[in-house]
Amino acid sequence: MIAFRPPTSLRVLSAALMGAVVLVAAEGASAGMAYVSNESGNSITAIDTATLTVTQTAKVGRRPRGIIMSPDGKVIYLCASDDHSVQVIDPATLKVLRKLKSGQDPELFALHPSGNPLYIANENDNQVTVLDVEKNKVVAQVPVGTEPEGMAVSPDGKILVATSETTNMAHFIDTETYKIVANVLVGARPRFAEFTRDGKKLFVSAEVGGTVSVIDPETRKIIKKIEFKIPGVSKETIQPVGVRVTRDGKTAFVALGPANRVAVVNAETYAVEDYLLVGQRVWQLAFTPDEKQLFTTNGNSNDVSVIDVPARKVVKSIKAGGAPWGVVVAPQ
Amino acid sequence: MSRPDRRATSPGAAEAPRRPLGARGYGICLAGIVWREVLRFVQQKERFLSALVRPLVWLFIFAAGFRSALGVSIIPPYDTYVLYEVYVTPGLAVMIQLFNGMQSSLSMVYDREVGSMRVLLTSPFPRWWLLFSKLIAGVAVSLAQVYAFLAVAFLWGVEIPPAGYVLALPAFIITGFMLGAIGLVISSLVRQLENFASVMNFVIFPMFFASSALYPLWRVRDASEALYLVCLANPFTHAVEFARFALYGQFEPLSCAIVVGTTLVFFTLAVIAYDPGRGVMGLRGGPRGDAP
Repeated sequence: MIAFRPPTSLRVLSAALMGAVVLVAAEGASAGMAYVSNESGNSITAIDTATLTVTQTAKVGRRPRGIIMSPDGKVIYLCASDDHSVQVIDPATLKVLRKLKSGQDPELFALHPSGNPLYIANENDNQVTVLDVEKNKVVAQVPVGTEPEGMAVSPDGKILVATSETTNMAHFIDTETYKIVANVLVGARPRFAEFTRDGKKLFVSAEVGGTVSVIDPETRKIIKKIEFKIPGVSKETIQPVGVRVTRDGKTAFVALGPANRVAVVNAETYAVEDYLLVGQRVWQLAFTPDEKQLFTTNGNSNDVSVIDVPARKVVKSIKAGGAPWGVVVAPQ
Repeated sequence: MSRPDRRATSPGAAEAPRRPLGARGYGICLAGIVWREVLRFVQQKERFLSALVRPLVWLFIFAAGFRSALGVSIIPPYDTYVLYEVYVTPGLAVMIQLFNGMQSSLSMVYDREVGSMRVLLTSPFPRWWLLFSKLIAGVAVSLAQVYAFLAVAFLWGVEIPPAGYVLALPAFIITGFMLGAIGLVISSLVRQLENFASVMNFVIFPMFFASSALYPLWRVRDASEALYLVCLANPFTHAVEFARFALYGQFEPLSCAIVVGTTLVFFTLAVIAYDPGRGVMGLRGGPRGDAP
């Protein structure tokens, strides 16, 4: 058999084409990914943050809610509330690698900046479970107020904050002694807590109170209670939940639940600067690592809206699974 | 007074060979008609104001009331949820053209009553060219109104992608032609200025309300399948959608085809209607100020 040998020019061209294909493929592989937990769909959805398209959806445990990633981006941690476990998921395949002990009904959690341990809010047991993710071992269980949900760890890893929905408090817990060192009364039904990157402010949203309290973690006093008012939208539907603050600490984004808006707040003056229309019952938020995009989960319209952060515009809404709840974007 | 020749040729045409009109002549004719319409528009400041106020009332008051009610579904060309005022803006822009088309037809009726149309229609240029020039004049005026409205809407917070303002220009020209051509046909049917109120009742309102200008068609379909079909058959719906997609940098071929087709049909009808030998004008005794 005579082997066909193409002319040199053709070989150069084909090599160049192959190179281009490899380049494009490599770019695709390194592009950022967002992962969304679908509460009623019992699944997670992977979204390419460059093309803003769904790349994969996979079944996970029952009632998936809180979702975070390890600092190295190698695994996803997911609260499977009705399975009473935290699932460890491979971000590439979306396969459940293992299950961790979580205590009853885990809803939200926070990871220590070092990547271990994991602090889990057990809504029904009124406690916080501290879990060593390497050994799958419960290190401590800290009793807190009724229905704990929001969890945040200070950037230096020394203070854990848990918000309890019925007690209306933010509990400050020492991460070495696992003792509550302070309680701060905030608005009704606090849902979420977020430290600024420098650790000098703590934002706590209150769903029923309709406010976001800004707390000084040093003095543990409320500096400001941010209120929201949207023309043409009733006050009752303004229910702040997810909060994210930009790395420079200048802007906070607040998901306003059934008001279907994300508020843009000046995190220095606390003035509300804009309201961005997203899908229905917007719940949690996540920035891309470059903070150019913000993803929002819209539980009632079953989609995820993407906000162009510098332009402060909603650029797209993408269909996800049933009742999207939490969202995390892979670190790059 | 003797009745003039219905063919409206220049006197003495039988004796002397007709001088070719030439492209320059056509241009002068077009420029004259457009300039007259523009002057008329500029001098009627109230007309400009009312043309602007009408859609702005819808935008500022009506849309404000529905603000929270309509951000419920994503439909092309939008990629995400939009406020109601963003949704209605293209429809209101085309509404300006609808009113403008009818206003032009009103001015045709007025011209006929005062006799200036006789001057126009007895010119040596073909009837279709005169009507076409009249259409261009109407479109030019409507474009000024539409872009003034879009500028105010922008200040009100209705931001359209910057390229959309340019890309929508051809769409607005074509939709302006369609609504102007419909206006021409109507003007040939309306005998007196006083009858114009019925044009409002029977043309403008049904065309505007039974369309996708104020509410998406899926909403109409939820309420009534029959009404949905009426809206779908309404060329105004397609004019609105054609402009809406163009404003967001997209081309909607079906709407474009329907708008262009409707324009051709109505323009042909207008040319026939204004032909004194064949059309409605002929049956009425010609385009004369002293018609019986």
